[in-house]
Amino acid sequence: MYTQSFNVPDSPGAKTVALAPSSDDPALQAAFDTRIDADGRIEPQDWMPEAYRKTLVRQISQHAHSEIVGMLPEGNWISRAPSLKRKAILIAKVQDEGGHGLYLYSAAETLGTSRDQMLDGLHSGRAKYSSIFNYPTLTWADVGVIGWLVDGAAIMNQVPLCRCSYGPYARAMVRVCKEESFHQRQGYEALLVMMTGTEEQKAMVQDAVNRWWWKCLAMFGPPDADSPNSAQGMRWGIKRVSNDELRQKFVDATVPQAKVLGVTLPDPDLKWNAERQHYDYGQIDWAEFWETVNGNGPCNKERLATRVKAHNEGQWVRDAALTHAAKKQARSIKEAA
Amino acid sequence: MSTQLKEWPLWEIFVRSKQGLEHKHCGSLHAADAAQALEMARDVYTRRQEGVSIWVVESKAITASNPDEKGELFDPAADKIYRHPTFYEIPDEVGHM
Ligand SMILES: [Fe+2]
Ligand SMILES: [Fe+2]
Repeated sequence: MYTQSFNVPDSPGAKTVALAPSSDDPALQAAFDTRIDADGRIEPQDWMPEAYRKTLVRQISQHAHSEIVGMLPEGNWISRAPSLKRKAILIAKVQDEGGHGLYLYSAAETLGTSRDQMLDGLHSGRAKYSSIFNYPTLTWADVGVIGWLVDGAAIMNQVPLCRCSYGPYARAMVRVCKEESFHQRQGYEALLVMMTGTEEQKAMVQDAVNRWWWKCLAMFGPPDADSPNSAQGMRWGIKRVSNDELRQKFVDATVPQAKVLGVTLPDPDLKWNAERQHYDYGQIDWAEFWETVNGNGPCNKERLATRVKAHNEGQWVRDAALTHAAKKQARSIKEAA
Repeated sequence: MSTQLKEWPLWEIFVRSKQGLEHKHCGSLHAADAAQALEMARDVYTRRQEGVSIWVVESKAITASNPDEKGELFDPAADKIYRHPTFYEIPDEVGHM
């Protein structure tokens, strides 16, 4: 699905993409529109409007960065997991997130951007990633709550993306969604276990829920009224369900789960609205959300620094692997001669 | 280290999900060489026993058809409906054929 190499470009790592011509040709635009309207899929070699390509590159690379940075808050707890079983589970989950990042980087590469370019965007601070990962994981309960609520919110967001108009992105999302359900369940189950524990442990769960709930609601993005680009995304079949609609679905799904768990969600305005057949909920603090998006959250600097450090410290491994590969190849050529 | 060595080349990954089925393209990844690509494909695409066999092909070794020539390439088959069984009218009493 990612191969389109009848035109092999320069750098060895770059995706072998022959970029589809981007002209203002009305016939091409019309063909594109017709396919979108018929709910068809766009593949890497197909003509696409430049703005569609740019939007996808930005969205998919940000999504990839989020998976990669998302490994950090939970990674903090791998060495402190309360049992070997929980440790193995957490390692598996964090490893999945690394894989999700890779599927998504690969999908973005089909649009003609290179892995190095994207990593550079992340490491230089130019590129954004999901703001949710800029909050700290203070206790073991945070790990459970991240699985339950953060992965839960991510699933709500990602399921409609499986029907995205861009083929490689949609296929990557199918793969991701298959793996996400374990993430949410392991988190929720870890919390269920804690809720059978001491008063202190139960309080820990409630505290983590209190700290994460509002941040999770903000994950769906600004209200529809304040999302000017949403309509274009919908028109292009990149976005299928609006921010507010997804947020509502998440709230409606989570309230009964909280009840089973035995925690309260920290919102006095949260109540069932019989008329709407949905839960009403209170005001999200958007000022705080934007502060964090713009780099001033509690962990933005730490996350980026950790990521850059890990990348730099892995440089010798990447270099050594290439040198080793070159040596092996030279040896096998010599033996054959 | 020269700069052209900086990024690992790209590989396309094909996985056979179970014995008796074909290898199916499932994605791509960067790796220094084929052996490493195989190992990484194992870790990335078969963490839950999704495969019993993996092929890796360096992306640049694949030649793809040009979408602009889709017409010339595939249209010749469009008017050869007699290649399909439904083209032929067979009396009902013959039964399944
Ligand atoms: Fe993920
Ligand atoms: Fe996840």
